[in-house]
Formats: sequence, structure tokens, C-alpha cells
Amino acid sequence: MHEHNAAFEKTDKPVPRDYRLTGPEAARAAQKGLVSATWYQSPISRKRMKELMQRRDGPALRDTAIWLSAMAVTGFGGYWFWGSWACVPFFFVYGLLYGTASNARWHETGHGTAFKTRWMNDAVYQLSSFMFMFEPQVWRWSHARHHTDTIIVGRDPEIVEPRPPSLIMMVLSLFRMPYALKTMGSVCRHAVGRMGEEEQTFIPESEWPKVARDARVWLAIYGLTVGTALFLQSWLPLMFIGLPTLYGGWLSYLFGLSQHVGLAEDVLDHRSNCRTIYMNRLLRFLYLDMNYHLEHHMYPMVPFHALAQLHEEIRRDCPPPYGSLSEAFKEIIPTIWRQRKDPSHFVCRPLPQRAASAATVQAEPEVTPA
Amino acid sequence: MTDQWIDVCAVGDINEEDVIRFDHGPHTYAVYRSADSEFFATAGLCTHESIHLADGLVMEHVIECPKHNGRFDYRSGKALGAPVCVNLKTYEVRVEAGRVLLAITV
Repeated sequence: MHEHNAAFEKTDKPVPRDYRLTGPEAARAAQKGLVSATWYQSPISRKRMKELMQRRDGPALRDTAIWLSAMAVTGFGGYWFWGSWACVPFFFVYGLLYGTASNARWHETGHGTAFKTRWMNDAVYQLSSFMFMFEPQVWRWSHARHHTDTIIVGRDPEIVEPRPPSLIMMVLSLFRMPYALKTMGSVCRHAVGRMGEEEQTFIPESEWPKVARDARVWLAIYGLTVGTALFLQSWLPLMFIGLPTLYGGWLSYLFGLSQHVGLAEDVLDHRSNCRTIYMNRLLRFLYLDMNYHLEHHMYPMVPFHALAQLHEEIRRDCPPPYGSLSEAFKEIIPTIWRQRKDPSHFVCRPLPQRAASAATVQAEPEVTPA
Repeated sequence: MTDQWIDVCAVGDINEEDVIRFDHGPHTYAVYRSADSEFFATAGLCTHESIHLADGLVMEHVIECPKHNGRFDYRSGKALGAPVCVNLKTYEVRVEAGRVLLAITV
């Protein structure tokens, strides 16, 4: 029987690939040797890598102090001016710190690379996971899979936009609406001890009780917050806990789009499916240097404060970085627009000649040079 | 079943607070030298997703896997938390005449 890839059929209506972890694409990825495969790594000496991997508490302590202090100041401003328009700029910044900066912090502490001291990683991980509405146990395991099988369809549970993308869902995602609704449902399900079918593929059964425990704690916190809001007959408690995930998460979504969207699926080379983007100091603070995303994926043990140095070590072996977030979106937006009609389209990043053939498996559809 | 001592390397081939990979037959091992120059050995692959631990980072008595940052105490092989849940197998090591020897059961 002739086998063809549904994603690349030439029909009037684009046919989406099956991004479920339990669908046929999972088996197809295994057949193609894309599961838990060996990925390309730019050469770097063991001595230098050891230097870059070293953990320190100082940078993350300073970052966390600034982050939480800024939340306290802007939160107080929002409280003080509540009831007038003057509270808006305060909640705008508070929302970014709560709903966007928390994303980078759960991520870095989840890797265990933010702090040298383990309990500090764990404490900030729990706090920032709650703020970003990422269930801590679920996302720890989901993210491990994302690093094992980055943008491998049928394997990676963290592919931000499927092909073809839905523009309506993307607009709603700016306010994290689809995700928040889905998460509240799964938190309730986890609180009664039920795991989803896909979750069972990447979370070991021994960890399921922790998923239920965390979900119950979350429900208690949300219950107390909603109860306080009802008691006070005010939205104010929800402006501090819960809602900032929605009204302050838009920049995090843009960061998320910039990481992989529009690049190749099903390749074993992070240089082809990750973007490194130069950003200013403010964005790098909010994003915790995850703008060096290619470097992070290639060497995930390097802490955020050493990623710029790692970038300097390997950049001659990588595609040129993007000069700014807006430059990246000048590529991403037209790519997404075209993928609505042509899901096979993606941006092919230029690889240095020396190592261009290192990726053992490459995607097959037609490509457009960057 | 008896222990056979296999020559791994010279003492100086492993830096303090570091690890090297040692392959013997079909098996792979990770051999560690602590900051105070004690030697230890474990299975070479992470119990989570079979990544070579010798590419990871040694911090005091902990080895961190280079792929998903899973951590083990390399003295006992104990898994220290998600995403590693299964302990590493450990092997006896001794130093003789400036050489590191690894005990392998045959």
C-alpha cells in the first residue's frame, strides 16, 4: 500500500498533521528513527563546557529579588490606585512579571540550573509554576520529553502551533484563554486522581500521586482567592492571583512563538528548529536569557547566566541569530500566514557548510530559504 | 560470579570533581573522581533516557545528566528526584600503583 504523509497532500484544504502523542504520528516518528535519537551538538571542549555548566546562586538570587520586589511595588501601586485608571499601568507591569516572567523562571528552575542550591530551585519552581498555571509535575515531565524529541510530531507535547495554525486560537492564546480553561479542567481531574491518556505516556506512574497533591493545593489557593473576592465583593484579589496569568501572559506567548514556530519539524538538529534572538536587557530579564534558545536546547545544563558565553563559543557553527524580536516576527508572521494554506511550508535555517550534513534525518517537504 | 578488576586509566586521567566514560565489552561505565580524590563508578547511562552521564556535570557528590538534568549521588547511585526515578548501579573502584581499577562481575 502506498504510504503518504497527510500533512503534505496537495489539496485545496490543508490537512493537519496529527499532533497527539497517542496518534499515528508517534509510531511514524519511531519508524523514522526520530524518537530519543542522537542530536547534533556543536563542538566545544570538555574543559570549556565544564566552566559554562558551573552553578551559582548569586545571579538567580539577584534576579529573584528584583523580580519579587518589582511585583511587590507594582502590586502595591495597583492596590493603592484601585478604582481609578491610575491602577492600569501598575497592573500592566504586575501582569507581565506574574504572567510572563514566571514562565522563564519555572523553566530554568525546572532544569535545576537557576540556582546552585537545590531547595531554592524547588521553591521558585513551585511558585512560578503556579503563577504561570503550569502544573509542576506535569510540566516537569512534559518538558523532559520536549528536550528529548524537540518538535518531533507525535512525540513533543510542547509544540506551540500545529500546522496549519488557527488564527482564532492564536489570538485567544495571547490571553492564554484556551490553555487556562484546559488547565483548570485538568487540575480538577488530577485532584481526584485521574490522569489523561497522553499524560500517561510521559509521566511515570510513581509520580502520579504528586500530580494529585499539587492539584489539590492549587484548588485550595484558587478557592481561597475566589472566596475572598466574593467576601469583599471585589475583583481585586483576583487581579493579584489568577487573572494576571491571563492579562499578563501575552508577552510570554510571543516569546513562545519565537522559539520554534515556523521552523522545521522532525529534524535532529536544534540549529534547524530553534531560534536564537538578540534582545535588550529588559526582555532578557523577563525571559531569563531564554532568547539563546538554540544554545539552551543544544546544551541544557548550561545555566541562564552563561548562555551568552555559550553562544559566543558555538555561534560560528550555527545559523545567524536574529537581531531582535521584531526581526524574528518579520519571518514568523508571513510563515504562519502561508502555513494556513500550505502546512508543508517552513523556514529552512542556513547551516554552516562544515556541519550541514550532521543531522541524520531531515524533513522532506519543500522549503523556503530564510 | 566473581569480581574481575579491570584497568580503567591513570589516576591523573580524571580531573578532581569530574567524570570520564569507560567502555568495556558491551557495557559502559562512568568513573568519578571527587574533590578530595576519592574514586567511584556507576553505570554509564542515565536510568531515565540512556544518556551518557560522562558528558554531565559533577557537583560535590552529585552527577547531573546532560540531557534532562536528572541527578544522582554517584557514591550510592541514588536517584535524587524527577526526572530520574531509578537508582544507578554502582561498582567498586580501587587505586593501585597510580592506576584506577574497576570491579566488574563476570
